Amino acid sequence: MNCGMKTATGTEKERWERDTLEPTLKKSPERAAAFTTISGRPIDRLYAPDDLGDIDVARDIGLPGEFPYTRGIHASGYRGKLWTMRQFAGFGTPEDTNGRYKALLAAGGTGLSVAFDLPTLMGRDPDHELSLGEVGKCGVNVTSLADMETLFDGIRLGDITTSMTINSPAAVIFAMYLVVAERQGAAWNRLSGTIQNDILKEFIAQKEYIFPPRPSMRIITDIFGFCSTEVPRWNTISVSGYHIREAGATALQELAFTLRDGLEYVQWGVEAGLDVDDFVPRMSFFFNAHSDFFEEIAKYRAARKIWAETMRTRFGAKNERSWKLRFHSQTAGVSLTAQQPYNNVVRTALQALSAVLGGTNSLHTNSLDEALALPTEDAAKLALRTQQIIAHESGVANVVDPLGGSYFVERLTKDMEDGALAYFRAIDNMGGMVEAIERGYPQKEIAESSYKFQQSVERKEKVIVGVNDFVQQDEPPIEILYIDESAADAQLAKLEQLKRTRDGDAVKRTLDALRDGARGTTNLMPPIIDAVRAYATVGEVCDALRDVWGEYEEVPVI
Amino acid sequence: MRKLRVVIAKPGLDGHDRGAKVIARALRDAGMEVIYTGLRQTPEQIVSAALQEDADVIGLSILSGAHNHIAPRLMDLLKVKGLDDVLVVIGGIIPDVDIPKLKEIGVKGIFLPGTPMQQIVDFINANARARV
Repeated sequence: MNCGMKTATGTEKERWERDTLEPTLKKSPERAAAFTTISGRPIDRLYAPDDLGDIDVARDIGLPGEFPYTRGIHASGYRGKLWTMRQFAGFGTPEDTNGRYKALLAAGGTGLSVAFDLPTLMGRDPDHELSLGEVGKCGVNVTSLADMETLFDGIRLGDITTSMTINSPAAVIFAMYLVVAERQGAAWNRLSGTIQNDILKEFIAQKEYIFPPRPSMRIITDIFGFCSTEVPRWNTISVSGYHIREAGATALQELAFTLRDGLEYVQWGVEAGLDVDDFVPRMSFFFNAHSDFFEEIAKYRAARKIWAETMRTRFGAKNERSWKLRFHSQTAGVSLTAQQPYNNVVRTALQALSAVLGGTNSLHTNSLDEALALPTEDAAKLALRTQQIIAHESGVANVVDPLGGSYFVERLTKDMEDGALAYFRAIDNMGGMVEAIERGYPQKEIAESSYKFQQSVERKEKVIVGVNDFVQQDEPPIEILYIDESAADAQLAKLEQLKRTRDGDAVKRTLDALRDGARGTTNLMPPIIDAVRAYATVGEVCDALRDVWGEYEEVPVI
Repeated sequence: MRKLRVVIAKPGLDGHDRGAKVIARALRDAGMEVIYTGLRQTPEQIVSAALQEDADVIGLSILSGAHNHIAPRLMDLLKVKGLDDVLVVIGGIIPDVDIPKLKEIGVKGIFLPGTPMQQIVDFINANARARV
């Protein structure tokens, strides 16, 4: 690119700095000695053609719908189809959540997204000691196939797409979904949706793991293999940076660790004998839409480019669908404040806008009350309306990658890419992501960033409106969703009844077969489906696997 | 006088440990001895850690809504073990309506999202008594 028009005494930018900027700075100095993003990345005052020196426009930026997809995976952007407005929801009993889903669909939501409670996420039944006080609190409780039937009662699984945030017990919950679909008459090869199924980020950040890393990776490759023939339209994994970011990572660390996790799954799939182009097209990603507007946009654009290039060069993928990184995004829960909660509506709108300008394929917007509790129905509706206003009123969806060519955004995109590739090299040198996790590397990097950020908030180097500046005393409380113990009582009663009425022999037989499968190397999806069909519970199926594989315990890193 | 000894614990099934780790580090930087128990500790395990470590303070990080079950059990166990002089504080997401109940059973400090780390350090320094 012909950038930085040279004059006798240097570039245009240098001339401007000398002739125009310097006199200005002498008269009125800047607000701070240095400016950084929320991730601590230094930002210059101005970006000009000089800053694009190492960027080849055709090769690095390209055009939408074409390799390396920096400007988006669809040639027509959102002019054809808008992103999917997918609001994550779940609380209490399956009956409670089924009602919320019907309300979200009636309000114009275009896909479902299931939030499970902690006992379900950790593979524990409501009657387990550690489930005390947790049933139905952070999501919906699903103990058995019977609960899954209730959760989707009156919702045609053949006609909608469903995303399920479930990781360690993903195979169990997915098996239940398949059986419910079958009973509704929906063919598996027509089903579409996503399971999160990303265990690496659990070890790195969110810590909802059950089994050790290696058997955990094996179930995931079993799901890849099973779906490639049986449920070919299902997104088998949503490789997630969201939780990595929420745990305190910088934007760059989120980008690098997430994509490196993605490469690890591809590597394990290949080593399990799968063809790259058979399973990579069904992999999807999930990023955090945080507060630093341009840094986030650069992150999404860099992600697409890195994935496309790595799939082609490192894994020899030939199918262009293997090159295209598709991603969901969610606004940053960690940025929401309990103080002056209405401010959160504004934060969320800006974060959502960055995700849209970065080309997100689907989006969840958080509700204003989520620093305090799970959202009320009104708050959840306002969050959905935020997306609808961006889509239909702001005009930003009318042009593809409107920030493409911005000196700043292109520079930042390239810097994010270079930074991520440096992290890849460090992790490759450790032997891969599983090995890096085993030695606590990403965990330490994140803990360090999170503490640094907190210190910068304490020192007021970073302002959080309503928290460390612009504070207001005596705020009136807002209405929140309070989840009492009635969900736990109801789920316990249902579990007791289930155990009395189901065929106990079938449960025992299928769980024994699953244990045998776990000791061997055959695909585990068929025995898991058999067990859930016999109404074995989430806790029982996970216990059968715990019997064979044991449980993971981390060495905490402060 | 010896340094204050603080056990930071994460009870319940939740794994979101960002807050627990940040506060553990802040207390350590403020000159306290900090023992972080790691995840998924039952009240029994936390009390036994406090006993073993000769703790002056127990800090619980709870975001999931399980505090109404965990805190009363912990406070009862502390009494049984004769550890009722240990300062107990909770950080996390606690609905306003639950705060009076927690204070009533003896939880001295409840710190909600957005609390400056320094405020927690100051509270502990003012309210905990190092054992001799």
